[in-house]
Amino acid sequence: MKHVISALVQNKPGVLAHVAGMFAARAFNIDSLAVGRTDDPNLSRMTIVVVGGSEVLEQVRKQLGKIVSVVKIQDFAGRDVVARDLMLINIHCRAEKRAEIQALVSMFEGKVVDIGPKNVMVEISGPESKMEAFIDACRHYGIKATARTGTIAMPRYRKGDKS
Amino acid sequence: MKNSSNAPQMQGAQIIVEILKEQGVDTMFGYLGGVVLPIFDKLYDTDIRFITPRHEQGGAHMADAYARCTGKTGVCIATSGPGATNLTTGIANAMMDSVPMVALTGQVRTELIGGDAFQEVDTTGITRPITKHNIIVKDVNNLAEELRQAFYIASTGRPGPVLVDIPVDVSVGTGRLNPPSEIDMPGYKPRVEGHKKQIEAAADAINKSERPVLYVGGGVIISNSSREITALAEKANIPVTTTLMGMGAFDQNSPLSIDMLGMHGAAYANMAVQNSDLLIAVGSRFDDRVTGQLKRFCPNAKILHVDIDPASISKNVQVHVPVVGDAKLVLPEITELLEHKPRESWFAQISEWKKAHPFTYDKNASNIKPQYVIEELWNQTKGEATITTGVGQHQMWAAQFYKYKYPRQFITSGGLGTMGFGLPSAIGAQVARPESTVIDIDGDSSFNMTLTELSTAVMYNLPVKAVVLNNGYMGMVRQWQELFYQRRYSHSHLLNPNFAEVAKALGAGGISIERKDEVPGAVEKMLSYDGPCVLDCRIEAEENVWPMVSPGKALDEMAGLEIFEKMP
Ligand SMILES: Cc1ncc(C[n+]2csc(CCOP(=O)(O)OP(=O)(O)O)c2C)c(N)n1
Repeated sequence: MKHVISALVQNKPGVLAHVAGMFAARAFNIDSLAVGRTDDPNLSRMTIVVVGGSEVLEQVRKQLGKIVSVVKIQDFAGRDVVARDLMLINIHCRAEKRAEIQALVSMFEGKVVDIGPKNVMVEISGPESKMEAFIDACRHYGIKATARTGTIAMPRYRKGDKS
Repeated sequence: MKNSSNAPQMQGAQIIVEILKEQGVDTMFGYLGGVVLPIFDKLYDTDIRFITPRHEQGGAHMADAYARCTGKTGVCIATSGPGATNLTTGIANAMMDSVPMVALTGQVRTELIGGDAFQEVDTTGITRPITKHNIIVKDVNNLAEELRQAFYIASTGRPGPVLVDIPVDVSVGTGRLNPPSEIDMPGYKPRVEGHKKQIEAAADAINKSERPVLYVGGGVIISNSSREITALAEKANIPVTTTLMGMGAFDQNSPLSIDMLGMHGAAYANMAVQNSDLLIAVGSRFDDRVTGQLKRFCPNAKILHVDIDPASISKNVQVHVPVVGDAKLVLPEITELLEHKPRESWFAQISEWKKAHPFTYDKNASNIKPQYVIEELWNQTKGEATITTGVGQHQMWAAQFYKYKYPRQFITSGGLGTMGFGLPSAIGAQVARPESTVIDIDGDSSFNMTLTELSTAVMYNLPVKAVVLNNGYMGMVRQWQELFYQRRYSHSHLLNPNFAEVAKALGAGGISIERKDEVPGAVEKMLSYDGPCVLDCRIEAEENVWPMVSPGKALDEMAGLEIFEKMP
């Protein structure tokens, strides 16, 4: 089972090492870890996808909570969440294939962000399954490189939620 | 961080000393070096008692034992690079046993950090997994606040070591000493009060149980709730077993005591736990040395767990009734709701187990049995000494054959199992308790690791006694090789120095004995020796610790019980 955990952490040196080190030391299996600043410059948000049963999720949450620079932890189990990956993918592409690839990109609601004589770079975002599907669809053109952010996620607002 | 502009300006090193005084630090342990010289220079003008060990590891263990004895935060200091790396074993030891400690390390100048400067290591990087928290202070104006937070984090919630790394330019720079303000860390809010519903559920489970057992760990000692656990056990009439770390939390002379449990615990404690219908764990963490094979641990019991650390609950075993909070506050609230029950058949069963399998050994043997030495120590000190240990068989015998009455009386490395802890921790304990008899019950290999600290004891007039149960082996390792590696004693033997002569050379007293009839006299001589003294006992070389739950076995599958049956 994959679980998405979101941790609000102090934006201080060493915090990422601390969190990542805790996962490694306790043998938790990280699927992805995405970090970025929030609107508050003192805080960053880490979105962590872990693999394991519900007991693992429980321990991960508690162990994260013990880290002094971790301010708040949410896990989104059982909630309706918006989850997104961002991917840049560089595809092998001769001029004559450009239209075909462009069509594919629009189908996936992606964007061509760079074009070279033998390649196109595409930006695409969405849930993980969409990334996988796009990669599969491009494979036969030849993929030169991919770079992905890992999942970031937030729960959807529901009536009755606080703020 | 709030800065009040009229706060006094002073050198960083002076700020450090002011905060130490403010935090009530009266004793420190540490070793010098270039980047901590500014701090040492300021310490020169204070009343803080300072003990310089012979190795930073020794200093960290001393601070650790000082903290365990007093309940205060232990403080140690070391220079950058090798000083800091030498501290690490002591820090990890404090972490595993939840000992409040503040470790200060010097660091190279801020602008040199990262450039492989002389005596530079990434101290916060190295110690991140072995501290409760650590920090490098890069601005002298934050120094006071960071140090206050370090003391707060070390001593609250589940205590532990906090390391503060201080570059030398911060120590010599000038900054403000702001007055203390309320500590408010957004990510650190330990929960101390128990939840009402959880407390009611706990009391209800206890009242409904027929065969409960209290399983008491070091947390009860740390939270000073020995009296509270006793009140609970007595009111509800429940047998009490303790872990190695919990020894002394409950008076072993009480009729309710069923002594230590676990791998080398009492057979009757292990059987009681395995046959219980409710295991009440308080301040204990289900260490694998306690539970035996997890799948077959307490097969018919509900598990109730009181702990201040929520991460401790359901970490190793699934807990049915959790109570998160400080035992000191939670236990009286539970006790309030308890009923007294006779539990006649449960106690009858336990006393049968007790009669059948007491801790014992061959009392007719012609050579010195280690257990006999410990019994003799117990008799002659009337059970009142502070005992420290190394790690190995002698540690287990010290737990089995000395009976502890008080919390903080038995100081041992439980979680990390650090050989070499015995002598430096005895020194730290003696500093904490000048009036008390402090005895390090040690193994020869463990003693070898840190025996240089004898000269620290000599230098500071600390009359610690070290009893070396000398079997010429890394005994516990040899026992495993005997049981699991067909007696192939691969490298578990060391050639020892003459410990009594080494002691004398270092300025302490030294006694060696080889015969059983010498034991009482030698123990007496050692105890009355005016100053530190080593008693080297050449014991039966291939004595084993029984009973034993071998790795992978269930807690009640103990080997060695037949040995007890054959005993006179
Ligand atoms: C620093 C360290 N190194 C290695 C070990 C592994 N170890 C555990 S017990 C032991 C042997 C201890 O021998 P000794 O101190 O003579 O005590 P005895 O078992 O003979 O009483 C060893 C090597 C350890 N616990 N700590």
